[in-house]
Amino acid sequence: MSAPAAPDGDRRDGGRRGGAPASRVRGSMVPEAEFRSYYGRPIIKEPVWTWEVPCYFFAGGLAGASASLGLVARLAGNHRLARSAWTAAGAGVAAGVPLLVSDLGRPERFPYMLRVFKVTSPLSVGSWVLAAMGPAAAGAAVADRLGVFPRLARAAEAVAGLLGPALATYTGTLVADTAVPVWHEAGRELPFVFAGSAAASAGATAVLSTPAADAGPARRLVVTGALLELGAAQAMERRLGELGEPYHQGPAGRLARLAKACTATGAGLVAAGGRRRRALAATGAALVLAGSMCERWAVYKAGFQSARDPKYIVAPQRARLAEREREQLQQ
Amino acid sequence: MTAGPRMGFFTDTSVCIGCKACEVACKEWNMVPQDGPLSLSGNSYDNTMALGASTWRHVAFIEQQRDDQGLRWLMSSDVCKHCSSAACLEVCPTGALFRTEFGTVVVQADVCNGCGYCVPACPFGVIDRREDDGRAFKCTLCYDRLHDGLEPACAKACPTDSIQFGELDELHERARRRVDSLHQAGVAEARLYLEDERDGIGGAGAFFLLLDEPEVYGLPPDPVSTTRDLPTLWRAAALATGTLAAAVAAAFVGGRR
Repeated sequence: MSAPAAPDGDRRDGGRRGGAPASRVRGSMVPEAEFRSYYGRPIIKEPVWTWEVPCYFFAGGLAGASASLGLVARLAGNHRLARSAWTAAGAGVAAGVPLLVSDLGRPERFPYMLRVFKVTSPLSVGSWVLAAMGPAAAGAAVADRLGVFPRLARAAEAVAGLLGPALATYTGTLVADTAVPVWHEAGRELPFVFAGSAAASAGATAVLSTPAADAGPARRLVVTGALLELGAAQAMERRLGELGEPYHQGPAGRLARLAKACTATGAGLVAAGGRRRRALAATGAALVLAGSMCERWAVYKAGFQSARDPKYIVAPQRARLAEREREQLQQ
Repeated sequence: MTAGPRMGFFTDTSVCIGCKACEVACKEWNMVPQDGPLSLSGNSYDNTMALGASTWRHVAFIEQQRDDQGLRWLMSSDVCKHCSSAACLEVCPTGALFRTEFGTVVVQADVCNGCGYCVPACPFGVIDRREDDGRAFKCTLCYDRLHDGLEPACAKACPTDSIQFGELDELHERARRRVDSLHQAGVAEARLYLEDERDGIGGAGAFFLLLDEPEVYGLPPDPVSTTRDLPTLWRAAALATGTLAAAVAAAFVGGRR
């Protein structure tokens, strides 16, 4: 190891104002002069999660909202739509569980998720919801296809259909219950973003897999889901203010723009296609599905970008301290 | 088992000489593996750079050029804060993270399933997942040594008593006396960090005497446990869940067309 050279004001700026590399701060909306750092290093850890996690958010959302759609379709007597929805719910669960398991550092210990029940851990709550809802949804889908155990299937549909919406939204709360600024500070909006995204994807899947004459409710769900997703995302970015910068930069920025474009265009096409122009509606539904997936990826990637840069931690916490000091002075 | 007094660390960075004996003693005692290929960071004498799954003590080196007094070198040994309101423990879905009879926060390696939730939950970026092992690891405040009435390895190895171990209440008193004496000696910038139980983490089991703002050492200036906002978060989740159900039901108004 070499002896420390004389401080040259360039490299050895660990404790200086604006300690982060200048290139990282330039063009930023967070004022540079107000923040110091340790060699520009992150303060919190980036998540260790991998691609399975945003895909699980999508699959869980699709399964949850589809189960809800399946239950209401059954109660409304639209059995053709119910079949499509339960198939999607079963498929979503069947895809989601392996995704969730494989992201664990010790996949064989997945059952340990059910060792305890903790309301302070959205992952614990979600695991219990999934444990009840997953087998019920899968069972309902299989029973509907095979036409067996009709009474048991109705009971399973009730369980899965009632728990479905919770499965679709808890993942928003899961990421919000972390120290990642872009997630935590959006905790009031994220479950709504995920709810809208889930509704849109469930509606779109049903549009693709149901004869147009029976798919009216699915088309309407696409439109309301898309509106909810776009509106909640807008509200989230407004709430985040400067902390929402990751949604306008880098991979998260690109994904967020792509999500908005796909969802808005897709929902428009589904509405325009309606019952008669099936190809148009199908194209729109595919776009909505892509938009829903991109939205989860945008949120996921934004979290990494937010955790990586210490300015998102230091600047708001400094502002909070200054505010508290002002209040104390006034008293 | 009866809970004794809460035990903790007072790290007085004003007497840290940056010897890294704490880092070495911790690794040796706890048999913590190497945390990556040997490399030089270029950031003063700090080639460890951060706490992590295989780094439970980390000595920071800060070189400051001050116009009036010339060069100043700050050194500080960082560690898990063993928060009173510990987000890692609260978000852990398996119960692998628990609070010991010493008031410390420890991961049970035989329970952790490596879900990784604790990693982004920690407001200090302390806990991390060991990639080849798959489980989360962090400082245990030498749970095994405490059982035998020994002080943690890092405190034992520290040659200047920069790392002090003891009953938290007593450490608080000692720390306040130390700050007072430093202030009297003209070190106006001396301040305590995380000693206040009214802060966002409910006070820490490991607190510090710093000579500059916390962020200069890579520490958050006003950390808050994410789970403090859980009532708000769950309310929003419940509302969103209801909205989703309502949106599905509303889609059936107007029949199947």
